[in-house]
Amino acid sequence: MSEKVLMKGNEAIAEAAILAGCRCFFGYPITPQNELIEYMARHLPEAGGTFLQCESEIGAINMVFGASSAGVRAMTSSSSPGISLKQEGISYIAGAELPAVIVNIVRCGPGLGGILPSQSDYFQSTRGGGHGDYRMFVLAPNSVQELADLTLLAFEKADEYRTPVMILGDGILGQMMEPVVLPEKATITVDKPWATTGRGKRGKNNLVSSLFLNPEELEQHNFKLQRKYDLMKEKETRWESYLTEDAEVIVVAYGSAARLSMAAVNMAREQGIKAGLIRPITLFPFPDQPIRAQAEKGTAFLAVELSTGQMVEDVRLAVEGRSPVHFYGRCGGVVPDPKEILEKIVAIRALQEARSESTEGGAA
Amino acid sequence: MTRKVYSRPQSVVDMPFHYCPGCHHGLIHGLMGEALDELDLTEKTIGVGPVGCGVFVYDYLDTDMIQASHGRAPAVATGVKRALPDRFVFTYQGDGDLAAIGTSEIIHAAARGENITVIFVNNAIFGMTGGQTAPTTLVGQTTTTAPIGRLEEVEGAPIQVCEMLNTLQKPALISRVSVHNPANIMRAKKMIKKAFQCQLEGRGFSFVEVLSSCPTNWRMNPLQALQWIEETMSAYYPIKDFRMPEGGQ
Amino acid sequence: MEHRIILAGFGGQGVMLTGQLMTYAGMMEGKEVAWIPSYGPEMRGGTANCSITIADKPIASPIVYEPTVAIVLNQPSLEKFAPKVVPGGLLMINSSLVNGQSDRTDIRQIGLKANDLANEIGDSKVANMVILGSLIGLTGIISMESILESLRKVLPPHRHKLIPMNQQALEKGMEQVLSLS
Repeated sequence: MSEKVLMKGNEAIAEAAILAGCRCFFGYPITPQNELIEYMARHLPEAGGTFLQCESEIGAINMVFGASSAGVRAMTSSSSPGISLKQEGISYIAGAELPAVIVNIVRCGPGLGGILPSQSDYFQSTRGGGHGDYRMFVLAPNSVQELADLTLLAFEKADEYRTPVMILGDGILGQMMEPVVLPEKATITVDKPWATTGRGKRGKNNLVSSLFLNPEELEQHNFKLQRKYDLMKEKETRWESYLTEDAEVIVVAYGSAARLSMAAVNMAREQGIKAGLIRPITLFPFPDQPIRAQAEKGTAFLAVELSTGQMVEDVRLAVEGRSPVHFYGRCGGVVPDPKEILEKIVAIRALQEARSESTEGGAA
Repeated sequence: MTRKVYSRPQSVVDMPFHYCPGCHHGLIHGLMGEALDELDLTEKTIGVGPVGCGVFVYDYLDTDMIQASHGRAPAVATGVKRALPDRFVFTYQGDGDLAAIGTSEIIHAAARGENITVIFVNNAIFGMTGGQTAPTTLVGQTTTTAPIGRLEEVEGAPIQVCEMLNTLQKPALISRVSVHNPANIMRAKKMIKKAFQCQLEGRGFSFVEVLSSCPTNWRMNPLQALQWIEETMSAYYPIKDFRMPEGGQ
Repeated sequence: MEHRIILAGFGGQGVMLTGQLMTYAGMMEGKEVAWIPSYGPEMRGGTANCSITIADKPIASPIVYEPTVAIVLNQPSLEKFAPKVVPGGLLMINSSLVNGQSDRTDIRQIGLKANDLANEIGDSKVANMVILGSLIGLTGIISMESILESLRKVLPPHRHKLIPMNQQALEKGMEQVLSLS
């Protein structure tokens, strides 16, 4: 096991990508992810890879498309407005079934918005983002250690499912420093017989394409993609449950909002409120199951996001009306004080108690 | 045809082209196939196709192929070449693809001197979508979106891509050829092969623009179309070498 | 115990680096640590600050709202962060650059002429180290040994010749507060 080192989140992603065997990185400067491309510029060539700063976000994602077609592990990173520009390429990558890792260190929008932390790209990440019927495997780390670990996982799953994988962070995670034990250098075991590497002695040509003019063929292709997403739901859903066993109020939050929410849950426990936290680690596939299981017990939920409410829709879909779902969010780069979240938890608990008293009264 | 064809190039698949009568795409595929054969490149080639009439180039050339999104082929080819520097990588793009939506990608691939070859088919119109104005459409030329002819004061002047790329430092080979008569076909073939060699020798970015006809969307018969290239198109797009690799063959 | 520290001053005063050094030292002592800079418009407002958390349990939020320790290296930072220190917390002021103190009576306030003390050693650039030495002397949040060890790790080898002066500054700051008590 390697030594603990203190690293910035953005740099941990970059180093983990190199350890994961990423050999082509194509990027474009945008705050707050610049440390990532700068780290890649310094260190990827040392590892025998190619770093290229591109003419545009569109150029970058299409170079990823090309390098991935050629069978190598390839990556790009950006922040929200840049990711919007990459959507066409991401759709093509999904359609052509290419592995690719895309990092989005989210900043606030819409438009040019601001450079401060935000979680307002949840819809864009989990609902496809580009055109067509596809999904992206989306990972939401909440610490520098997880940024490194999940970057490794991202490359593995991208290859395994031949699909674009997004690592969704924000300025808090990208800029913060925490100790990290870097993962071991990956041994790549996945075979890529489909890659366009030149026919050589293969005997048949390979074609990377997302074009299907025959409707039946394209329907089958779409069904194939959906089966892949179903398999991800079955096998790849990841989450963390914190103090949920006896919880009467459960906060659902991911990434940096989960860190803030965990502080609020700890404060609530100190006050004797049975609060817990479910932290989705994969946003697609979303962890419906643990949320539904708690909903069946009637537990109230509080979705906390650095947005006006996007993930909360997935919480509601998981709960399916079985129990109340509340929401608390700040946006525009305003990061809530855990005390604000605590106030919401206290209010929800008070509401629960008032309800149960009135039910008892009504039974008389 | 007066071209001597003794056999189909090995690098071209034995199947009928879907192209319209009098279209030059098939002929250009053939020239590329001959060059691939002569340089023994089929096994180490990755071609990147466009969106437009040339979209099915992957069906016709007997090599590994990638179907890129509209205009992005030079970026995709860059990705391939950077990943596999010892392979032969070309893009095949039309004028809608390369000179409209793909200007950023082509200019920057050229500016980097990316060691790839671009075959640019210029027929002064959007073909596949039904004959709309392209950035290369000549002033006065009628299209479905310029029903009274392209107006310079409204749509500006057509882009001369070779001339534009020739302002950059890094490209190694830039040439405009045509395939409207046998002499030009011979020259086009020679230039495509030279561009391929340019890449094989590691000299950097090579670019061949091929003036080609689109009788269907030009509303002409194939013969009139050839004449239009000879008399009108080549007047605005001069057929000539803009830059040749130093010390090249 | 969770120490939540805010270090604030002008850009160029070495605020970020000093914070990283403390974080590194905490990590070497096997503690849970996090460092996060303020970034964004504030970067251009002439002030720079970072938050450091050093704890014996996993850190929930890395962002510090109510510091247990605030170290202020310029006037705007005093005004901004003095009101946020938790009751019973510590406010350290570089009195070479900051006039006066906070009027709060529920916190401990230490004024140190850090730049003057640093100049006595020979370079005002080590003022931060003087303050850091004082913090160590006052609180023991981290040890002198681990700070020195972090310096050796964080500074590239060609800058190791600067370590003796930094050590001198740390010791000077520590002596200063030990003489206070």
